[in-house]
Amino acid sequence: MKPILVLVSVDSNSILLGARQFLNYLREQIAEYNLSDTVDVLETGTMGVYTQGVVMAIFPDDVYYAVKDKEDVHKIVTEHLLKGREVLDLTLPKEKLKLFVETAPVSKETRIVLRNAGLIDPKSIDEYIARDGYFALQKVLTEMKPGDVIEVLKSSGLRGRGGAGFPTGLKWEFTARASADQKYIVCNADEGEPGTFKDRLIMEGDPHSVVESMIIAGYATGATKGYIYIRGEYYGSVDNIRKAIQDAYEYGLLGKDILGSGFSFDLSVRLGAGAYVCGEETALLESIEGKSGRPRLKPPYPPTCGLFGKPTVINNVETLANVPSIILNGPDWFKSFGTENSPGTKVFCLVGDVVRRGIVEVPMGASVRDLIYRFGGGLIGGKELYMVQTGGTAGTFVGVDKLDVQLDYDSFAKYGVSIGSGVILVMSEDVCPVDIALNTMEFFLHESCGKCTPCREGTRLAVQTLKRISKGRGKKEDLDTLRSIASVTQEASLCGLGQSITVPLTSIVNNFQKDFEDHIGAGSCPHGVCHFEKSRSKSKVRR
Amino acid sequence: MKVDLSEVRKIVNQAKTESLQEGDMLVNILHCVQDHFGNFIPPEAAEIVAQELDIPLSKVYEVLTFYTMFSTKPRGKYVIRVCVNLPCHVTGGRQIMETLKEELKIDVGETTADGMFTLETTSCLGLCGVSPVIMVNDTYYGDLTPKKVREIIEKLRAGGDEK
Repeated sequence: MKPILVLVSVDSNSILLGARQFLNYLREQIAEYNLSDTVDVLETGTMGVYTQGVVMAIFPDDVYYAVKDKEDVHKIVTEHLLKGREVLDLTLPKEKLKLFVETAPVSKETRIVLRNAGLIDPKSIDEYIARDGYFALQKVLTEMKPGDVIEVLKSSGLRGRGGAGFPTGLKWEFTARASADQKYIVCNADEGEPGTFKDRLIMEGDPHSVVESMIIAGYATGATKGYIYIRGEYYGSVDNIRKAIQDAYEYGLLGKDILGSGFSFDLSVRLGAGAYVCGEETALLESIEGKSGRPRLKPPYPPTCGLFGKPTVINNVETLANVPSIILNGPDWFKSFGTENSPGTKVFCLVGDVVRRGIVEVPMGASVRDLIYRFGGGLIGGKELYMVQTGGTAGTFVGVDKLDVQLDYDSFAKYGVSIGSGVILVMSEDVCPVDIALNTMEFFLHESCGKCTPCREGTRLAVQTLKRISKGRGKKEDLDTLRSIASVTQEASLCGLGQSITVPLTSIVNNFQKDFEDHIGAGSCPHGVCHFEKSRSKSKVRR
Repeated sequence: MKVDLSEVRKIVNQAKTESLQEGDMLVNILHCVQDHFGNFIPPEAAEIVAQELDIPLSKVYEVLTFYTMFSTKPRGKYVIRVCVNLPCHVTGGRQIMETLKEELKIDVGETTADGMFTLETTSCLGLCGVSPVIMVNDTYYGDLTPKKVREIIEKLRAGGDEK
């Protein structure tokens, strides 16, 4: 091992900021200055922040730099690596990075899901093992019965991080109890909820945590085959997960008779092909079965009748990434984070008009205000906050009056603010709620699979109505029309996609009712965003 | 266009080795076949897929036309996908789309007369940390401004590779 180590974030977001070029240039420079014997350069996953450039960390100095161009790289090499002088104008204030993984007052360590991202080389199984990787699997296979694993999961209180918050242990138990000649474990990595990119960064930064958890799930439920269904556009995730699976096979952690336990498990990757609805679990199963991704009627539910009609556990990436730590540290440890009904941490994606866009892992129960101002650094350009969308496009639109709501799986029922997939989309005074509602409904119209009428037609009607308002041709009764579209679509739709459009639609209409009303009968968009068509009276005059 | 059918057969059979269960490969095979032809799946190739998997051709087409990443028609040399979802929309995505339409003089879903560019929309690509974002073939571009978009198009027109 060389005395100095440079870690460079080479995740998908950083690559767009030039991470690969900087990495290559860094290597060239290190060679040029004869530092090759003393400095090691390693690629790692996300460090959570993007706004100041690509993050590079230097150890043992524990200094973090944000690099914007090659000149910055040159400076770091010639000043820091060569002369040992910190380049102060490039350093990232450490508290910002430390905030990325929040330290809870009750305990020192809250890195659960992202414990390895940004620290290890995601393509190296050895580095994962060195950080206690596959220890949980070993513990499960050698010391625990399948029922014990499920008990641990159940008492940990872990709930599904895909958005619905269903207790994970219970899901596993349903499948474990079902008797069948074949059972499956499926990882839902078809992350498509707009604004969500946590699963992508988990898979890019720590792919083995997902693989390990799926094997554990297989052992606990009696499943011997698993699929990771990844979005077709997530090239980096696909590469890293494939490599992880390949290495796990080589190390005897996948395949026949794992670690001599007699338990066998096979794992394979399947790619999505551009359909948001495939994030819905039964549509995803259809897609793996080589069909169009159209949801099935439920019940029966997948834990008893899923893939190829067999009992199937479907878990989100982030949910699975929690499992090894829970096995190793116990349910009480896990419950020491978060809130009573939603233990553990949550990875939030901070996007929109916020200073520090990126991801942050904090204990459940963080307030919207903390996420935006403490972790996100407030709004860009000191603008005024106008609206926040929480939980993704199927989540809620709320105003500044809801900033102190603490987000967990109960916050929607209690306060009308959903946690969903963990998106916090920050919008300044520059946006117009009507335009935002239109964009949101256009998304659902496009992604509705067309199988059931309420969703297919409901989304179309919502878009038509919103278009009318955004063109200055809205009528007073349009608001009630929107509310009734929302409730009918929710009541009558087949799957979660149609059922969930009521959440964004009614929350934006109700929480920003005045903005909608101000469009009706007005001469122009009160926010200066929507393009009003010339009023009918005028065109009549012209004619 | 001449389609080398034995090559397609080879691709299908290679992909089949990843199968864990009968019937779990169609979508992945279509990915492999489309990669082979660049950015679409010709009818002859779809027929081979149906034969090799022993399923009706209608089933192949049902799947092929359902997913937005697959195309039955040839597209431009560069397929530009613009994210139109909210996180890109509120950070200037609208101007990005307008600039592209202006530069290429085509609407969404169209291909330029010279066969160079096809303009499409996409749902969230999960790169919201650097929005607004577009994808040109397999390459992503983020933190875009109208100026940067024009530069990218310029570069591609001049025959430069995507990046």
